[in-house]
Amino acid sequence: MSTVEQEARAGGGTDELLALAERVAGWARTGEAVEVYVARGTETEVRAYEGEVESLTSATSAGIGIRVVTDHRLGFAWAGSLDESVLEGTLAEARDNAAFATADEHVRLAEPDGVPAVEVDLWDDRLADVPTARKIELALDLEARTRAADPRIRTVDSADYGDVSSEAALVSTTGIRSASRRTSGYLSVSVIAGDDDASQTGSGFTVGRGVDGLDPDKAMADAVGRAVRMLGAVKGPSGRSTVVFDRRMATALLSIVSSALSGEAVAKGRSFFAGRIGEQVGHAGLTLVDDPTDPRAYGAAAYDAEGLACRRNALIEGGVLRGFLYDTVSGSRAGVASTGSAVRGGYAGTPGPGCRALTLAPGPEGWDQDGVLAAVGEGLFVQSLTGLHSGVNPISGDFSVGAEGLMIRDGRLAEPVREITVASTLQRMLLALDVVGADVEWLPGIAAGQTLAVGDMQVSGA
Amino acid sequence: MPTAANGPGQWSEETAVIESPVLERVLSEALRNGGDFAEVFAEDRTTSSALLDDTRVEELSSGRERGAGIRVVSGETTGFAHTADLSEQGLLRAAEAASAVARGGGGGTRTVALGAPVAPGRGDRPAPTTGSKADALELLGRADEAARAAGGGISQVQAGFGTSTRRVLIANSDGLLTGDEQARTRFSVSCVALGDTGMQTGYETAARTLGFELFDEVSVEELARTAAAQALAKLSARPAPSGELPVVLAGGSGGILFHEACGHGLEADHVVKDASVYAGKVGQLVASPLVTLVDDGTVGSEWGTFGVDDEGRPAQRNVLIQDGVLTDYLWDYLRARKEGRVSSGNGRRQSYRDLPMVRMTNTFLLPGDADAEEIVAQTPRGVYVAKLGGGQVNTATGDFVFGTSMAYLIEDGVITEPLRDANLIGNGPEVLKRIDAVATDFSMTPGTCGKDGQSVPVGCGQATMRLTGVTIGGTAE
Repeated sequence: MSTVEQEARAGGGTDELLALAERVAGWARTGEAVEVYVARGTETEVRAYEGEVESLTSATSAGIGIRVVTDHRLGFAWAGSLDESVLEGTLAEARDNAAFATADEHVRLAEPDGVPAVEVDLWDDRLADVPTARKIELALDLEARTRAADPRIRTVDSADYGDVSSEAALVSTTGIRSASRRTSGYLSVSVIAGDDDASQTGSGFTVGRGVDGLDPDKAMADAVGRAVRMLGAVKGPSGRSTVVFDRRMATALLSIVSSALSGEAVAKGRSFFAGRIGEQVGHAGLTLVDDPTDPRAYGAAAYDAEGLACRRNALIEGGVLRGFLYDTVSGSRAGVASTGSAVRGGYAGTPGPGCRALTLAPGPEGWDQDGVLAAVGEGLFVQSLTGLHSGVNPISGDFSVGAEGLMIRDGRLAEPVREITVASTLQRMLLALDVVGADVEWLPGIAAGQTLAVGDMQVSGA
Repeated sequence: MPTAANGPGQWSEETAVIESPVLERVLSEALRNGGDFAEVFAEDRTTSSALLDDTRVEELSSGRERGAGIRVVSGETTGFAHTADLSEQGLLRAAEAASAVARGGGGGTRTVALGAPVAPGRGDRPAPTTGSKADALELLGRADEAARAAGGGISQVQAGFGTSTRRVLIANSDGLLTGDEQARTRFSVSCVALGDTGMQTGYETAARTLGFELFDEVSVEELARTAAAQALAKLSARPAPSGELPVVLAGGSGGILFHEACGHGLEADHVVKDASVYAGKVGQLVASPLVTLVDDGTVGSEWGTFGVDDEGRPAQRNVLIQDGVLTDYLWDYLRARKEGRVSSGNGRRQSYRDLPMVRMTNTFLLPGDADAEEIVAQTPRGVYVAKLGGGQVNTATGDFVFGTSMAYLIEDGVITEPLRDANLIGNGPEVLKRIDAVATDFSMTPGTCGKDGQSVPVGCGQATMRLTGVTIGGTAE
């Protein structure tokens, strides 16, 4: 493992976290394996409304999550503090929990696998020096310029600036030692256009590793454009249609598909991809890769949540299913090594396999949104989806969601439509996904945004 | 230390994680730059959970966190800081950070004197009980067994148990000192059934504001059998229809309709920003006269029930729509203050790390007088939704979706074939007017409501009811 380099690069506060994690892991008893994850962060959030600061939040947080494995039994405990007084108790609780779990030969902690970590720079030193007054100014300025952007904007219901700095360290008695840190900043704005009886909404955002590089005009233009072009929308028509998903919605779609690519879901018979390696599961032009080592990806990372190096994993190539994503336990269950794909939801969560940076191989040059619309000719362009949690089932593949957007006529955006649903199954959608945009944009989340067109979906409306 | 103000209240010495003189000094510090209002919200939460998956007890997890969020309101601006350091020094630091927004106002020293602690009584409800880890595992095993016994088609079962105790303390510059202890326990079973047509899923959950005594009221075997039956039934389901049809919603989870179609739109934070289709409509007919909608944080041990809200206001019953006429919105401290009224007890937050917002508690439609079976019998063709899985709304446009997790076709007044999952879509104010029958068979269902990144437990409820038409997003033409 190349943890020494990483440690040197991360420097500063992560040294202290590594030392703490190491000390707690050192309390392991004979016969037990212990993994200690410690994290801390600071955040600022400013919300502007009608020329005033509506709220200003500043906060720090820290916590620890400990996994203990004894005789192939796993126990976990966490605490929302790094105070000396909670450390021993948390370890003791994890140890006690392990005693109650079912012994399972596959249950184990990660061990170094020799794969070198790829350095990704996710830290902007300058963020720490940005005064609060500047952050407030950014939010107020975004609110003011959005309000002034278009007379049809009735309300700017929120204009936010936010940033986060976080550091984490992971140490285990099985030889894992890794540290990471990252910063991020964003501006986001949401608007309501039109009069009371015919309102439409839109939102926009811009993200970066810090304050520099944030583009308030992009956030504003996106929010205003999305709301204004929906004015006058009526309930759309029913029928079979090609559906074009804009980049933001494409990110949401890929994120859903990703849960069926989890090696754990596959091993437990909870994925429609189970048992289909080597089969044609997508359109022949479809190649899907998860590559957290790509520094442009929002979810880029050097190390996974078990401290193994993140790596590029090909999942679908030419429409053929090639692989799944594994952490140590699900890999063991499948008889393969971890793919360095463990993710966890902070110190209070345990690791499991998941994607960080999914992307589809881009289509031909010129296929930006306009290019895709021209290629499609007729259909429905979707800019917003609702009910993704209530209407999409990554186990059965059933897909039915609320949508709003614009009709596509003669290869161009035409009249706006709302209060419709689009439905199919994820299986059929992957096979009918025959147009992939070349307009890759790394949006917040675990997947890139690219304009996508899916043929033959059922649209329900008027 | 403060003691219980009235009998067996939910105030205890343990609730008072911070002593009154410390709170007074922290509140004074919070107002040192001026400001109209300051508040300390302290929380101590312990959780434990266990998961049985693929026949194995995979994970037991325990967690604890405690901390405080300090809020300063100055004019239209709120400053907020939170800390996990509950020492006086840690609290003073957070107070200083929160007070930064009150620039130039007031100044000088303002002394805050807290009153005697106010505790909501538990009434005749007994204190929550706790179960051992072994007890929880036994329940998980029983659920797994019952689900697998439901049929050979059941290919996978996951059962989860979770319990938490949340002690909160609220002190503010108006002199309020109060607290609450909230025990919540949930148990869920999800099943996968495998057949010729692929896989289908079933899910059932029981969740109450109770301790381990939840299992005196709930049979885990029954939950497991229901979840398994859903998954098995859907193996032979046909694609849901596409287009507008009459829909009968069975009692319980159908309450999600009201949560989405109007509940969120009645939250005052949306209303005061003119970001709700219900803004300015108090006194107007906004729904069918059959609709009387209530939000009530005091109901028994429902999932959205509590003693005081996260601003220290006792839970209360609020009638939102009476016989179809909009009577009021839901309020928290901040939005109520703007309107010169009092909070309706709907100021809630996910944790001490979050600012409170206007949130629902238990939101339900009062029962009507129709007969549930008659409603189905009088529906020539339509969809019967036995269980809704969730929903989402855009409060500014009123457009909302709600998804089925168990639905059937109604043909000639009879419930016939099961349907694959689908979302239904409608516009709140339009759909509320299309309710033409409400039955007597009222029940409640628990849910988790997400808003602006914060999740809180809520209840939903109604009796069997019919919508004359709503768009169903199936794949059948």
